[in-house]
Amino acid sequence: MSEANLTMEAHGTGLMEASPFAVPAKKLAMWLFIIADAMTFAAVLIAYGFLRNSTPSWPEPFEFSPSIINVMVMTFILISSSLTMLFAIRAAQVSDKARAFTWILITALAGAVFALLHIREWLGMIGQGVGLFHNPWGTPLFGAAFFCVTGLHLLHVTGGVIALVAVGLRYQRGRYKADDIEILGLYWHFVDIVWMFVVPLVYLLSIHR
Amino acid sequence: MTPMEEHGNLTTDVIVYLVLLGIAGLQIILAYSYHGGGEGLLGRLLIVAAIQAVVAVLFFMHLRWENRAMLVSVAVVTLFVLISLQYSWSDSFRLLHGVPFARFH
Repeated sequence: MSEANLTMEAHGTGLMEASPFAVPAKKLAMWLFIIADAMTFAAVLIAYGFLRNSTPSWPEPFEFSPSIINVMVMTFILISSSLTMLFAIRAAQVSDKARAFTWILITALAGAVFALLHIREWLGMIGQGVGLFHNPWGTPLFGAAFFCVTGLHLLHVTGGVIALVAVGLRYQRGRYKADDIEILGLYWHFVDIVWMFVVPLVYLLSIHR
Repeated sequence: MTPMEEHGNLTTDVIVYLVLLGIAGLQIILAYSYHGGGEGLLGRLLIVAAIQAVVAVLFFMHLRWENRAMLVSVAVVTLFVLISLQYSWSDSFRLLHGVPFARFH
């Protein structure tokens, strides 16, 4: 036994312990982050719910065209990007770096298109007079709540796009492995799942009838 | 880490993708076809969203093929989040009728 091992064992660092849940530490770390972030989004959506239902003049401004159509397109893009992320993971697992990198870039591009569509929607609403502190259709709380909820999700999408490009480039250069692509894929799928709750709670419950 | 060949195959991925798209479309149809109160629509939309989330977590995030202890741990948290959303949103509809603790007339 080496001196290093003796020293480490003397400090009780538990070098020989199996990793919890039999997954690598970085994968477990990503799952723990996802769980924490899920709690954050749940809290934000719950707060939005109480705000919405306790405010008398909560608007229902989302017309089928263009708002709901835009949401449908954004949902299609995000779900499709989860599929392309899976394609990237499968390619990485068989060590096809070129194909994996291509699919990662396609996923990042889809995320960027999603973000642009979202910003375009924001600009449309801002043009109609909706802001953080004002709302032409009723209570100003609507603007603040809407931009906060959707903005938090947009921030996650943007961060995911940046991470996809960064990790993809490093993977292509050999610094990261296929496992790292899979772990990043967990985050991207989580962002997609959050959108599946944002759409009904923020948009579909407030469609203009 | 479990090998990818144990995580389903490409066909599984595409089928799950189409299922998720179908469920998303179902949400839109539900929103426009249901003409009852907000609470009823909320319940239906949340159930559909929960199904979407469970399918995505199991198949896209490969939780189905992970260690059982991890699956149970994530399932507990997921259930907590879903129940919190369902309970709190349903409870918030009380406020539509007036101040908290107000009686229904």
